[in-house]
Amino acid sequence: MTAQNVRSHSIDMSSVLRDKDAKQQQPSETCIKVENLNLFYGEKQALHGINMEMQKKKVTAYIGPSGCGKSTLLRCINRMNDLVDSARIEGKILVDGDNIYDKSVNVAALRRRVGMVFQKPNPFPKSIFENVAYGLRIQGINDKRILEETVEKALRGAALWDEMKDRLNDNALGMSGGQQQRLVIARAIAIEPEVLLLDEPASALDPISTLKVEELINELKEKYTIVIVTHNMQQAARVSDYTAFMYMGELIEIGTTSELFTNPSKKQTEDYITGRYG
Amino acid sequence: MIRLWFKSGTPWIWLNAAAVSLSLIMVLGVLALVVGRGVGHFWPHQVHQFSYQEPDKQPQVIIGEKVETSITPAAMAKSTGFVMADNEDTLVQYLVKTGNRDLTGADFRWIQERNIKEHTQPTDLIVVERREWGNFYGQLLQVKEGGNVIASGEQAWPVLQSKISEALVIFKEIAHIEKKEVGAINYALERLRLKQRRLELKNSLDDAAKQEIATEKTALETEYKQYQAKLTGLYQKLRTDSLVAKAENGAELVIPLAKVVRVFQPNNMNVFEKVFHYGNKALEFLTDEPREANTEGGIFPAIFGTVMMVLMMSLIVTPFGVIAAVYLREYAKQGFITRLIRIAVNNLAGVPSVVYGVFGLGFFVYILGGNIDQLFFPESAPAPVFGTPGLLWASITLALLTLPVVIVSTEEGLARIPSSIREGSLALGATKLETLWLTVLPMASPAMMTGLILAVARAAGEVAPLMLVGVVKLAPTLPLDGNFPFLHLDRKFMHLGFHIYDVGFQSPNVEAARPLVYATALLLVLVIIGLNLAAIVIRNNLREKYRALEG
Repeated sequence: MTAQNVRSHSIDMSSVLRDKDAKQQQPSETCIKVENLNLFYGEKQALHGINMEMQKKKVTAYIGPSGCGKSTLLRCINRMNDLVDSARIEGKILVDGDNIYDKSVNVAALRRRVGMVFQKPNPFPKSIFENVAYGLRIQGINDKRILEETVEKALRGAALWDEMKDRLNDNALGMSGGQQQRLVIARAIAIEPEVLLLDEPASALDPISTLKVEELINELKEKYTIVIVTHNMQQAARVSDYTAFMYMGELIEIGTTSELFTNPSKKQTEDYITGRYG
Repeated sequence: MIRLWFKSGTPWIWLNAAAVSLSLIMVLGVLALVVGRGVGHFWPHQVHQFSYQEPDKQPQVIIGEKVETSITPAAMAKSTGFVMADNEDTLVQYLVKTGNRDLTGADFRWIQERNIKEHTQPTDLIVVERREWGNFYGQLLQVKEGGNVIASGEQAWPVLQSKISEALVIFKEIAHIEKKEVGAINYALERLRLKQRRLELKNSLDDAAKQEIATEKTALETEYKQYQAKLTGLYQKLRTDSLVAKAENGAELVIPLAKVVRVFQPNNMNVFEKVFHYGNKALEFLTDEPREANTEGGIFPAIFGTVMMVLMMSLIVTPFGVIAAVYLREYAKQGFITRLIRIAVNNLAGVPSVVYGVFGLGFFVYILGGNIDQLFFPESAPAPVFGTPGLLWASITLALLTLPVVIVSTEEGLARIPSSIREGSLALGATKLETLWLTVLPMASPAMMTGLILAVARAAGEVAPLMLVGVVKLAPTLPLDGNFPFLHLDRKFMHLGFHIYDVGFQSPNVEAARPLVYATALLLVLVIIGLNLAAIVIRNNLREKYRALEG
């Protein structure tokens, strides 16, 4: 996004934020806690001493310029960075009080608790039904009735049931990009995780699909703790309760979304959200 | 001007087009030659009768099919020793298939056009396809039954036709009894003998066991005797009839109908009869067993052997290649060692196939097979079971030969699967193994099929290694039959590629067999195309099913 763009959009941001303030004042408890997290890719350090907390059943957004480590941090929460050979991690991430980098942790079980949706929709080349049922089948659930119930529930949860109920056996690759992304969300919530990590879920979508996904996020936070990475500050403002601003692998500031956007405590944050760089 | 033309890229396009056309012409040329030569073989050609008189010799009659015409300029003919008159520009010679090898000692002879006094195509000339001595050309005189003439002259032909169809029915019955029934009894007897020997070796051949074996043996032998009696009767019936025919040199020849495959009068056939004859011959070629040192009859065992061997090879090479590729690509730490392995695998693809044959013979047949025999089949010693070339070892050797292509293409397929798909699966709580099984491998299956297609194409045409590890000129039994355990991996088998070599170069009658070489080559090409098409259809279906994410 160009700076020009940000500036022109930031004018109407205040109205978005005013709406949010009203609903945001209930007490909350910590779901994810990051303690002194350092991450290295080989020699290069990508994350520097991150400390933060994310609240249960709230939406936390990470914003920041490209390459600032938002996605890297997000991928630490369900240990996706394990797939990168050169990645080395120091520090702790606690999910519900358990350190997920403990040696005894079963990574597959962790990823069932912490689901993830990626930037580009990545449905499997299977039918829509099988895509949503994938996580269940892995857990050994093959009972047809349970599968059907869960798939319906998940698709309803992702606001896709009405569109897709007659096409469950079609190949998922035949869906539009927006539908695919919602399918992927349905796939993630079908196994009922506690946390949902969304890595720029709308960046590859057209405006209407983006809107639908954002509406979906608003509904989903009633049940799940959501962490979302986004490039789009309006989006962060629209969907999140808390926003964290990251820059060059460091967490600069985290606070409620309205506070961070209207009254940032750090100069860097202010520069970014007013579009002076990024 | 010229420089501009070069710059425009036009010559480059022409060069490319020329290369493509050249390859195309070569492929089409091969096909045209094989089809042209091979397809015509079964057509009933006209039979000519020549009155032939060489200078200063007695006139003689020559009967046969014209096979080839050769025109030599007079000067050249002179230099090779022909006497040429001054007014002759060329020497025209015909190669005539005269058959009657039992009478004249040769199937073919060259005749010179200038010595032909008269040339006719009498409709009553017959061609007798015999089970030995090749074709007979001549005139039908009589049909005999048990030494008595039952028809002669005009009536002989229709009587002969009905007699021959009777004889063929009997012949088929005999072949069936000998192959299937008696074959099964012999097989059972052999198993019984092996069982007895096994018990002997274990020192547990007590009286009860002996008794049991003896009863079974008696039962089988009684059955065998019944069949034997039946066979004797059939043979007697078959041998009663015969035909008497006059050859070109006037000699009268008695041909027992038991030795006759078919008799026809090519000069008396209309187009439909010829087409029918052609169809019959082609069908015989596809479904029958070879006769007369492979130069006549069909090549069914060779087709069967080829397909069987390729299928076995596919069954062996696919799992091995895929597992190796999955390890190399998904599990092994990428580095110096994996690079070394990849180079080794690629080089393996370049090793001459006969080297694989030598390895197969030395390692699989002698070492592995020999040890298997010692451990599991001590009762059949000294006869080897797996310690001798056979279907199993041929399939394994070819699997080894084609392993590199399967590994390479599977690896490429695995590499092409977007990481987002793997991450998607892992993020749903799947382990690496589950991700592989449920998502990655199915998506890579078209690539595996591509590897298999290449492997089949290479393996089906391979001859050199097979000659060392299992292919024979004539296999008495197919590797798959009705006797338990049905699939006999230890048996030797026939192969189209080797058959071509054998018929074309090793047969006693190369000239007669040449069209058969083309027909067999055509069939080999068709079999390979068929196998490939099957694999391609499967691959395209898989591709459609698992078409990867775009972009």
